[in-house]
Amino acid sequence: MRNLWLFLIRYNAIFWFILFFVTSIILVVRHNNFQRSSFISSSNVVIGSYYQQVNSWKSYLSLHETNEELAAENGALRQQIQNLLQVDTTADTIRIIDSIEQGRYAFIVANVANNSVHKKNNYLTLDKGSADGVEKGMGVITSNGVVGVILQTSAHFSSVQSLLHPDTRVSVVLDSTGVIGSLVWGNSIDHRYGVVRDIPNHVQVEKDEKVYTSGFSLFPAGIQVGKIMETGVSSGESFLDLKIELSTNFSNLHHVYVVKDLLIKEKEELEADSENNG
Amino acid sequence: MGSIIIINIVRFIIVILLQVALFKNMGYYNVATIYPYIFFIFLLPIGLPNLVLFLVSFLTGLAVDAFYDSAGVHASACVGLALFRIFFHKITLEVDLKESFNTPSLGLMGTKWFLSYVFFGTFVHHFFLFLIEAFTFSNFMYTLASSILSSIFTTCIILLMSLLVYKRKSRIGNI
Repeated sequence: MRNLWLFLIRYNAIFWFILFFVTSIILVVRHNNFQRSSFISSSNVVIGSYYQQVNSWKSYLSLHETNEELAAENGALRQQIQNLLQVDTTADTIRIIDSIEQGRYAFIVANVANNSVHKKNNYLTLDKGSADGVEKGMGVITSNGVVGVILQTSAHFSSVQSLLHPDTRVSVVLDSTGVIGSLVWGNSIDHRYGVVRDIPNHVQVEKDEKVYTSGFSLFPAGIQVGKIMETGVSSGESFLDLKIELSTNFSNLHHVYVVKDLLIKEKEELEADSENNG
Repeated sequence: MGSIIIINIVRFIIVILLQVALFKNMGYYNVATIYPYIFFIFLLPIGLPNLVLFLVSFLTGLAVDAFYDSAGVHASACVGLALFRIFFHKITLEVDLKESFNTPSLGLMGTKWFLSYVFFGTFVHHFFLFLIEAFTFSNFMYTLASSILSSIFTTCIILLMSLLVYKRKSRIGNI
């Protein structure tokens, strides 16, 4: 007994090390399993409000760029209104816009309170939470691209799993051929590029072709995601890997829109039904 | 004794603030990132009991984790650094110095000792950090390379910081 006691005292550093190290590894693993459900995360009110404070200064510095972006977006929207207003008298069919489809998505404007691009798993924090109607699983877009998916919400903040995360997949469609693939980050290093997977080998892909969201996942159809940089990077199977340049500038995000799909419940119920009966 | 605690608390706050406000935004893509907040752990008093040292390192790591959204990763790396610190002190220091509450600063310990202390400690910390962040042994060479590059980077910043607060009061002569 005395020898055991002496042994413990002599090597106490090792035992303390094991104790603390195991504690922190448990923290890490829990964190990976429950996806940031732990108390220590930036949804936490104190840390969240710190980041909001810092961000209010940062956004002040880039007012000029933000202004220009918003003006460009205004221009694009105005253009769309023009197209809708034009009545095509030569056509023998009249284009009817379905009011259900129009009202399907609602957008919640949010500011980015925290952002990262340098890590292997990147997350963002937004300054809108469940009090503003943000829910887990909603998509997040910016004026010119896709940002990510809401991972978790608190009352006034929400955390977003960025597109720059190995687990994020977005269903996309190629502009010219209409072939559907899935967009992932892929390289884990550079935040400017992504990879489109699952394009069949026989499809002819052109350089500089644009890539849009397909509307199958959380995002509305037709949001630009990026343009193709390299074609035919084969992964050694019967599918092509396309390297694309993302249109979202992840290093400079300020205003984003959270996409609320109003009919998501109906869609999911129907799909669950057909899966059970089929 | 009281003043040592106060100095360390002030140093803790300054270092954490610098890390989350300034150094968090620096880095070369995913390859080299810098974490000079571990300067605080390097400068804890020499004769600190092991339990207290581990506890303080663990809490420091946890505080940084809160800002980096990575519960446990920095905490475990800091615990690893604390173990390295204990071994390094045990091997290199003399008995009378080991029991004093001196701060192992650049001025007190001399350049050669301090440089190897900081570099190897930083490497141990960064290696633990990147390994646990990746949580896999695949891509091991990539992890190793980025921890070496980052530790060079961090060591430079820590040396700059310690030159800023340099005060010459060598007790054990020039080594």
